[in-house]
Formats: sequence, structure tokens, C-alpha cells
Amino acid sequence: LSVVAPPESPPPAAPPDPGARPEPARRRRIMPEWLKGNILLLPTSIWFIFLLVIPLLIIIQYSLGKRGVIDPIRFSWSKLQFHNYKDALDPDRLPIFIRSIEYAGIATIVCALLGFPLAYWIARFGGRLRNVYLVLVVIPFLTSYLIRIYAWQAILQRTGLLNRFLGDIGLGRDHVFLNHPFAVILGLTYGFLPFMILPLYASIERMDFSLVEASYDLGHGKVSTFFRVILPTVSPGLVAGVLLVFIPAVGDFVTPELLGGVRTEMIGSTIADQFGGSQNWPLGSAMSVLLMVFILVGVFFYLRRVGEEAL
Amino acid sequence: VSTKKSTLRPRYLKLHAALVFAFLFLPIVVLVVFSFNQAKSGTDFTGFSTKWYSALFHNHDALHAFRNTLKVAITATIFATIIGTLASFALTRFRFRGRTGYSTLIFVSLVMPEVVMGVSLLAFYVEFAHMKLGLTTVILSHITFCIAFVVVVVNARLASFDNRLLEAAADLGATPLQGFLRVVLPLAAPGIAAGAMLAFTISLDDVVITFFTSGAGSNTLPLYIFGQLKFGVSPSINALSTFVLAFSLIMLAIGGLFSARAAKRGVTAIDVNALS
Repeated sequence: LSVVAPPESPPPAAPPDPGARPEPARRRRIMPEWLKGNILLLPTSIWFIFLLVIPLLIIIQYSLGKRGVIDPIRFSWSKLQFHNYKDALDPDRLPIFIRSIEYAGIATIVCALLGFPLAYWIARFGGRLRNVYLVLVVIPFLTSYLIRIYAWQAILQRTGLLNRFLGDIGLGRDHVFLNHPFAVILGLTYGFLPFMILPLYASIERMDFSLVEASYDLGHGKVSTFFRVILPTVSPGLVAGVLLVFIPAVGDFVTPELLGGVRTEMIGSTIADQFGGSQNWPLGSAMSVLLMVFILVGVFFYLRRVGEEAL
Repeated sequence: VSTKKSTLRPRYLKLHAALVFAFLFLPIVVLVVFSFNQAKSGTDFTGFSTKWYSALFHNHDALHAFRNTLKVAITATIFATIIGTLASFALTRFRFRGRTGYSTLIFVSLVMPEVVMGVSLLAFYVEFAHMKLGLTTVILSHITFCIAFVVVVVNARLASFDNRLLEAAADLGATPLQGFLRVVLPLAAPGIAAGAMLAFTISLDDVVITFFTSGAGSNTLPLYIFGQLKFGVSPSINALSTFVLAFSLIMLAIGGLFSARAAKRGVTAIDVNALS
């Protein structure tokens, strides 16, 4: 017993610090924060390693392989194939990439132009009905994207309502809207508009509107007030909105499929096609890797430029 | 000058707001109205009819797909909510090395285009795990993309958590477990509920990832609709879509009701800031 006694003696010997709470401190020593954190994150990490990281690595591996005759893919470490990347960026397919970025970019800008005044109006002049207006924005956001885009098909098709309406007011009823960039950009704008309005609203709501009045009183015009007072305050919402619209729009597969055609094909449908009908998994993988790299690099530089703290 | 501006601005803004709301709801209204149309095609409303709805209830493929959708959404929501909530607790409550790594994984799963996630999971199931595509692979995939949404929403709720509450509880003799169960969890509950709701609605709607990871017999309703769209616009798809819309809205209303009750107790569930 005397052998056990010495290790036990130091704690009482140390003078207790009157300000400290010994109990939580001792518990923390038993279960340090990093251990607790990692235990809580264990399910997430197992899940993401198997269903996110490994699948992505497989896609990268596939992109360096070639089409098999029986298997969808043939891969060997000694013969890495880089021609899939060359094929993905050849003059036939590069325009699809550029077109996707262009359509998603235009849709993002239109979303910002439509969304900002609406969010501003709800936040500043919504009054007691503010929450009702917000619910009206959230309802389309939470209803099926597929169904909402399908609904546009009914409006835009040759025998659809828009042509009928144009015919009734004497502008002719044989316009072709579907399979035209207009339809695809409209679909993307419509589909992702709530993603722009909600974060914009969240940051406008926190804004102090007396600053706007102060700016007018100090002799600034509308334009100058907008750029110097309103825009800097709402920029976190705008940054989030741009990301939330652009990223899903650039890889979207439903809208170009339902409202577009061959001339308006976007990268999402091209990738899907390589894994479906065309059965060219290596090429589809290379395109997926390029799209993923583009988005990650783009987000990185975008956030660095506009300031990460803006989020 | 200033008063003139503030009286003029709202009027234009109001007009703009009305037009944007019209834009947001026009297609939905058209869809619902034409689902009650008598005629099989065309833009003329020839008369009110519910025949497309009664046909729906005899459509076994659609009913089967609807049951699958519910199975997938409920299972995925439960798993994603548990996994995501644990992750969010770890990320917001503790400081440790490797946090950035976890946050990066969650970020990657959020910004990953659906098509890329779909094809990479397809490759994983078929070539790596040698699994047969079916309801299981669909559920696994749905959990994967739902986790990050739960984390983001619960994080937003816990970011405003006041650590002094936990210290007060400890001072009053609560063990860390009691502190967690009686202080942190009740305060995080609205966030967890909102995260679960978001996961459920996203799972309910997903087309793209399901498209790649489902096999024979594991059609979900959105996938069934997507397949039917090859045959063009038809009143029976309008009816089915209206049914799905109504179902989502009822779910939303139930969620809203719960959060309204929670709000009475001093907490809010649907936090718009959480979405940004």
C-alpha cells in the first residue's frame, strides 16, 4: 500500500487554485476535446470516406483508363491514359463546357438582378406580411425542381401557352422556344432563383436602413448610395447567393434535358450520356474530374477575391 | 429630396416584387390548373375533370414509385440527421486538429455537382463494392448528399450557442452528459428539426443521383415522372406532379406547425439565416 501511496499524494499537496473549477478540468483530461470531436465525427468520416472520397478516387482512376470491350473500363498503372482529357477538351466538346459556364453565369446574373430588389423590398417594406412573402419564396424552393421545370415545358412548347398568348395578341403563334438557349437559361434562372433571394434577404434584413437615409442626407445619389452603402452591407448574402445558384446551375442535368436540345447541351447531360447511352465511362470520368476541378478552383479563387469572411 | 425618393422607390419595388412572384408561381399554377383539364392535350381548358387523379390511384407503377420514395426519404432523413447532428456538435463545440479536414469534406459534398456525385457513386457500387443497384444503393446515396445539409443547418443553430449556459449547468452540478442532454440538445432541437426537414424534402425531390444509383424495381416518384416526360406534356403527369406538390406542401405545413409551436416556447426552427 505504501508503494501506491506516493503517486496519490501530489494532488492534495498542490495548493488548490481558488479561481479554478477543478471538476470540468479533470473531466477534460479524461476525455480530451480532440478525442470527443473525432468520436462524434466517426460516422461522418466513415460515411464520407466510403461514399465520397473513394468514389471520387475511382472516377479519377477511370479518367486515366480506357474503354474496355466487356467491362466498362480498363485501367493499368503502367499505361495511364491521358487521351480522355484531350477528348474532353477537343473542339467538339470544349464548347459544351464553355456553354455551361455561360448559361450558368447569365442565369446567376439574372437571378441577382431579379432577386435583389425583391429581397430588399421584403426586408424593408414587407412589414407585417414579411414572413408570408418569405414563405412564398420558400414554397417553390421546396417543391420539386423537376416538376417546376416540366411546367415550363408546357408553357414553352410549340402548342404551349406562351405561343397561344402571343397569337392572341397578334404576334404570331409559331415561335420556337424550346431547344433554344433562351429556354435553358430561363429554366436555370427559374429553378435557382430562391437560392439567390434567401441569402440576400438574410443579409439585407440585418442592414441598418438609417445608413441609407444618412447617405441621401449627405448628398449621395441613388447610384452612389447603392454601391457605397447597400452593396457592401449585403455582399455576404450576394456571395452566398452567387455560389448557391452558379454551382448547381453549371452542372445541371434536368433543365438542359427537358428544355434544351442538341444545340444547347450542357456538361451535366454530356457526362450523364457517357455513363448511359454512349457507355464511355473513361471520357465521362475525365469530364467529371474537369468539372469538379473547375468548381473547386473557381470557388477557391472567388472566395479569396471577395473575401472568405464575407460568408 | 429624401422623402420623394423613399416614396417612389417602394412603388417600383412593389411592382417588381409582384412580377417576380408571378414568375415564381405561374408555372406551378398552370400545372395545377391543367391537371384538372378534361382534354388529353392542348392548351384549351375544355372542362373540369378529376379523371386523371382517379387514374393515378390505379397506376401501379406510380404507386410503387411513391412507396419507394417514402421509404428512401424517411430512412435517409433518419440516418443523415443523426450523422449530421453528431458532426455538427463536434465541429461547433470542440476545437481540435483535423476540423478543417472534416469541414472540407462536407464542403466538397455540398459543391459537388449532382451528376458527378451520381456517376461516382454508380462506379463505386458497380465496380468497387460489387453491389446490385436497388433501393439500398439509392438510400446510401441519399444519406450521402443529405448529411452536409443537416450539418449546415444545425451549425447555424449552434453557432449562436452561449457557452456560459453549459458552464452554469456545470456549476449547478450537472455532469457533461446531463449538460449535453438537458442544455445543448433542447436548444439545438429546432435546428435539428429544420435540418431533418430539409434533408427530407431534398431526398423526396432528387432525380439526378437516384437516376444513376437505382436499379430494377427501385424507381422513385421523381424518377418515374422523369421517365414519363419522354412522352411529352400530358394531363396525367400534371396530376401526378400536382399530387407531389401537394404532398411537399403538406409536409411543409406540418413542419411549419411544429416550428410555430416551438416558437411559442421561445425558439425558432425555420431560420432563414441557416440557409445562407
